[in-house]
Amino acid sequence: MTIFSTLLPIDTALGVVVCWLLLGLTGLLLQNTALITRYIFPAGALAALLLAAAALNNLGGDSNVAVLALGLPDLPFHLRLDALSAFFLLLLGAASVGISLYSAGYFRDMKGGALGLLCFEYHIFLASMALVFMADDAYLFMVAWETMALSSYFLVTTDHHVAQARRAGFLYLLIAHVGAIAILLSFGVMQGGQGDYTFASMRDAQLNAFWASVTFLLALFGFGAKAGILPLHAWLPEAHPAAPSPISAMMSGIMLKTAIYGILRVSFDLLDAPQWWWGALALTLGLLTALYGVLFAAVQTDMKRLLAYSSIENIGVILTGIGLAIIFHSFQKEALAALALTAALYHSFNHAFMKGLLFLGTGSVLHATGERNLGRLGGLIHRMPKLALLVLVGTLALAGLPPLNGFVSEWLLLQAFLLSPGLPHSYLNMLIPIAAAALALAAALAGYVMVKFYGVIFLGQPRGSDVVGQKPFDEVHDVGIWERIGLTWLALGCILLGVFPVFFILLIDFVSQMLVGHTLGVSAAQTGWLWLTPIQPERASYSPLILFVIIIAGVLFTLYGVKKFYHARLRRSPAWDCGYPEQTARMQDTAEGFGQPIRQIFQLFFGITREVPGPFDKKPHYHGETSDRLWEWCYLPIARLTDKISALTGKLQHGRIHAYLLYSFVTLLALLAFVR
Amino acid sequence: MNSLLLQLIQDTLVLLIAPLLLGWVNQCRAWLQNRSGAGVLQPYRNLIKLFHKDAVLANNASPLFRATPYILFASMWLAASLVPVIATDLPLSQAVDVIALVGIFALARVFISLAAMDVGTSFGTMGARREMLVGFLAEPALLMVFFTAATISHSTSLVTIVETLAHKQFVIYPSLAFAGIAFVMVLLAENARIPVDNPATHLELTMIHEAMILEYSARHLALIEWASALKLLAYFTIGCALFMPWGIAEVGNLAALPVALLALFIKLMLGGAGLALLETVTAKMRIFRVPEFMGTAFLLAVLGMLIHFLLGS
Repeated sequence: MTIFSTLLPIDTALGVVVCWLLLGLTGLLLQNTALITRYIFPAGALAALLLAAAALNNLGGDSNVAVLALGLPDLPFHLRLDALSAFFLLLLGAASVGISLYSAGYFRDMKGGALGLLCFEYHIFLASMALVFMADDAYLFMVAWETMALSSYFLVTTDHHVAQARRAGFLYLLIAHVGAIAILLSFGVMQGGQGDYTFASMRDAQLNAFWASVTFLLALFGFGAKAGILPLHAWLPEAHPAAPSPISAMMSGIMLKTAIYGILRVSFDLLDAPQWWWGALALTLGLLTALYGVLFAAVQTDMKRLLAYSSIENIGVILTGIGLAIIFHSFQKEALAALALTAALYHSFNHAFMKGLLFLGTGSVLHATGERNLGRLGGLIHRMPKLALLVLVGTLALAGLPPLNGFVSEWLLLQAFLLSPGLPHSYLNMLIPIAAAALALAAALAGYVMVKFYGVIFLGQPRGSDVVGQKPFDEVHDVGIWERIGLTWLALGCILLGVFPVFFILLIDFVSQMLVGHTLGVSAAQTGWLWLTPIQPERASYSPLILFVIIIAGVLFTLYGVKKFYHARLRRSPAWDCGYPEQTARMQDTAEGFGQPIRQIFQLFFGITREVPGPFDKKPHYHGETSDRLWEWCYLPIARLTDKISALTGKLQHGRIHAYLLYSFVTLLALLAFVR
Repeated sequence: MNSLLLQLIQDTLVLLIAPLLLGWVNQCRAWLQNRSGAGVLQPYRNLIKLFHKDAVLANNASPLFRATPYILFASMWLAASLVPVIATDLPLSQAVDVIALVGIFALARVFISLAAMDVGTSFGTMGARREMLVGFLAEPALLMVFFTAATISHSTSLVTIVETLAHKQFVIYPSLAFAGIAFVMVLLAENARIPVDNPATHLELTMIHEAMILEYSARHLALIEWASALKLLAYFTIGCALFMPWGIAEVGNLAALPVALLALFIKLMLGGAGLALLETVTAKMRIFRVPEFMGTAFLLAVLGMLIHFLLGS
């Protein structure tokens, strides 16, 4: 008992990190599929649950610190668990419970050796993310950040015999490291020349406006590379489809949030006085990212690429909230800053659950059919009804529909926009309504994307008549028990976060209290837990529980009324064929067909290549591809430039030893002359 | 207690008069086209006929297909009973503000589109795609219309919006004028009216809504038809609430109810006749032009909001 009372939450969190590392090592040594899936992954889920509990416990408490004498001599690791860290640790713990449980079932067909390695990398990945959230000096932060990048790189390239996966992994590693350099530079500027890289000294460092802005821009670039903010998003749609689905879920649901955490930590905690244009920049970038992501999601034909682009959209929405919070914070409108910040944090949490759920769902589909291409799926609701129901929850949540969780954060963010008039800046006053409109457009397009995603995979008929993907339709089986538990955990999260938002906002309040010194919770608690009222009840109120109950009651009442007064007679027959002799499953919309209107309306954004069969082709063949224009506008020129520079430097190298000796000699002379 | 009673009255009222409004619009259309028409009660007869029939379901229809008419009906009923039409003292209005109202419309749209894709015929998926195409521009446009009204009255609660607008003197807000035009365009698109869709045909080149519900029959179809009528009524009452809120009974003023009821009927009759006129004088546009039409609506709504932010009026 005494041990537990003296145990700080940070000790528990560290214990979980150690536990994950040990589990990973055990998995690596065991190399036994049955043991790893049956014990190691569930144990990892248990540890995650413990982490979530510890974080929840500490969210309202004092921040506690620890110093580990690991690291280099005289440079120990500083750790700190404050409200912001605790919130993100809660996210990590809560979401990874579901993902780990799911993994216990998902990897059952993998070979022992490969699985042992994967299990090791998986738990290192989890542990490093936890350390990123707890780090209190730049040194530990960068070590954890790099461990996270490397372990996830190895996870992405699990299928390393596929060239595409290797390529995706390389791109990911490259962008992650360009970002890491920017973060490192940002820390370097932030410590203000004292040579002390703890976050505490960065908080104390007095930076003038210029250097503070440089720090912010570097951090935005660095963390943006991890989050997938435009134009650094290119790795996301490559890496997510390449990785196994639980890894995609983890990367999209949780790892992207480490970048959000970093942006929040730097702009609200480490730098003290944000300037309004930082917020405007983040807001604009966020909206562009959101619109770009959702437009590309609408035209994808690979289900995991579609979700990856949708992740880009959601990161954009979160960044929009952060940008708005920075704007309000810089004008000392703390109540509004708290509202926008709450929306951003809420959406981060929601996204971990919804996107985790959907990525895991695609994993099950992939497992059952061996197919990722939407054009060869269809009708799975008949063969996988349980999965279809659970994925439906995630689909509706991601489409931002009431009464699920995606709607709550969207609602809060739109409220923040609506309450903004009266900013002392005419440019911002013009930007805000346009931004609100763009956000509404992105949210509506998300609905389009989700209908496509769910409709093409689960509804209709299997597109290859009796074959779905690579399996006969009748041999497709529903998900197993472990998968179902993991999916249910995440789906329940989506429902509970949607129906009982006030409880969760009371938790977020600790974070907004810490970051902007104001909360929403006071006003929310005054009117009771049933009502979500960000400012005053007269201005806006929303009660998802009442909405939920009324809709359910309406459905039941109608059902009862129809059955009572009429009858429930039902007859099955073939679908109406419009008088044509033959209706085949291939007459349904493909994923490409469903995205066609978007492609046509927003032609400018897409690079489209198409091969259309001519009228006399014996074997007509259609091929269409939609590519990312930013790739040719932004990435390829940089790649070419790098090539040119390396070709120039290559001229220095010709493999003759005396030339190299000459270089060393000249360098030495130059240095001597310089030092003299 | 009074407010709960009022809510119940409104729930029943909208349920009963929704088909009447549809019948009235159809009757006006018939008169304008020099036909005698089927009478304003025809939608009721249709509903009764459909309810009595045996339901025929496609072989591979899933449970989602069967659940959708009920979800659609319940959410449209909720939407129609939220809008303050005769009195502003509605408890449900507090639970669902304008943003959530737009969310409910989106929920219904997503479900009907999913159901349309469920059977897997080319008609269904085509309808679903077109419906989502119209929806993704109509939804933000409607949201922007609401935002203009919400920033004028500093609230997203429909009750507060109506009370604020009803108390203002009769002045034309430039922002609301833009919002009004955008709203009419959204109303036409969202309720499958000409020029976006034609509720009276089954021509494959033109139809959206009818394509989606092609596989429905009997009680399922009846519920969907009724839900469409409720949706039309909801849009009409939203229009009344935002752009002509006068005559509504306010909190604690039960004596004003009969006047409010009369005012509502007059407004709905005028509005219905206006819709019929609009539908008669315009032609159905090509489906490829619809995004332009909806984009115009969206831009007008954004313009309205911008004008409010910049001019403060």
